[in-house]
Amino acid sequence: MKVFRCVVCGFVYEEALGMPEEGIAAGTRWQDIPEDWECPDCGVSKGDFEMEEV
Amino acid sequence: MKPIVIIGTGLAGYGLAKELRRLAWQGPLTLITADDGRSYSKPMLSSALAKGKDAITLANADAEKMAVDLDAEIRTHSRVTEIDTDGHRIVVNGESIGYGSLVLASGASPIRLPFKGDGAEEVLSVNNLTDYGLFREKLDRIERVAVIGPGLIGSEFANDMLQVGKKVTLIGPDPWPISTLIPEAAGRAVQMALADAGADWRLGTFNGAIERKSGGFYTALKDGGEVEADLFLSAVGVRPDLTLGQAAGLEVNKGIVADRFLRTSARDVYVLGDVAEVEGRNLPYVAPLLVGAKALARTLAGEETPVVYPHMPVVIKTTLHPIATLPPGPGEEGTWRFDDPGADGGVTGRFYDSSGALAGFVLTGEAAGRRQALVKEMEEAARAA
Repeated sequence: MKVFRCVVCGFVYEEALGMPEEGIAAGTRWQDIPEDWECPDCGVSKGDFEMEEV
Repeated sequence: MKPIVIIGTGLAGYGLAKELRRLAWQGPLTLITADDGRSYSKPMLSSALAKGKDAITLANADAEKMAVDLDAEIRTHSRVTEIDTDGHRIVVNGESIGYGSLVLASGASPIRLPFKGDGAEEVLSVNNLTDYGLFREKLDRIERVAVIGPGLIGSEFANDMLQVGKKVTLIGPDPWPISTLIPEAAGRAVQMALADAGADWRLGTFNGAIERKSGGFYTALKDGGEVEADLFLSAVGVRPDLTLGQAAGLEVNKGIVADRFLRTSARDVYVLGDVAEVEGRNLPYVAPLLVGAKALARTLAGEETPVVYPHMPVVIKTTLHPIATLPPGPGEEGTWRFDDPGADGGVTGRFYDSSGALAGFVLTGEAAGRRQALVKEMEEAARAA
């Protein structure tokens, strides 16, 4: 499963963990997160995340 | 059609431009910057070492690419020397440019304390990518760094340097690290974590004159101690850069004064980011900047949209022991209550105001991962009130 990092603030989204407190189940793939989702730490748009090699 | 002119190409200036184009606003856009216009994220400077990045790789696009991506004219290495708000024009590089709307997004500048000593002029401060490049050139050749200012920025930079094996000393009058934002229990937790990684904390004291000594630098502390280092880094804080605001005759206070629509005292002149003081608050963080950028883009595109801030925890990226906090307002009366510490010494603290309402929190270490849950607690408490 992949890991995505916000290029602005460094917040990390891990597909394996999801974000259950935001209604995103563990295992949710990045492409299945709605496009209007924003970084919970800084508010930047989903489009401004990048995939990080793990 | 006169352009929207944005002064500044940091997260605010570029962020606003991106939001305008996302709204499919198609008018002319001009950005002006005193630097080279590279797009980068300032919050990422203080974790670059641990991630193996440098001033080159921190930049995600140069001005040329940004100009294409944003369909904008970008004037780099350019300073605005005159702002005529009645005439709706600015002067940059001797040329007069008319604007439909003007946005000042010129940011904040490091506070430079008047240090004495023959080493004082070599004390570095880092508030942009260019500064950072210079800092890294020096850092990569040396071992010992003294950080003046054990606040948010100083602690993040110290955290980063410790992870690449630098010997780091932090100096300042603060009773505990980051004391303007977090209570003692939280400050001590991060102090211990960084100390365990080798940080030498010299708190409750001031540095003296900074003198050259044996190829490096030296300062005598007010408490009688001494610090020697190969490099001194000043991280005592930043303050909004009021230069343009004053040149334009705008109302200024701590920042350039703005209402909830980010309007300044001059018609068609707006502010965004670290330079702004919105309804009395200057919030030099990314989350309020991006809330502002989205609202201002809508306003400039024709739909007046006020800034409405949700709860925006400040995340302090001392990765050895991270912190997330929603600090109470300055001077706010209330009480902190703490849960039992975590296995990593991490703190969970809730601040209750004088009416007993949950009005802030601090989470450190692994507990910092629970920040969204604490935000929800605060939202629920507000609804129940």
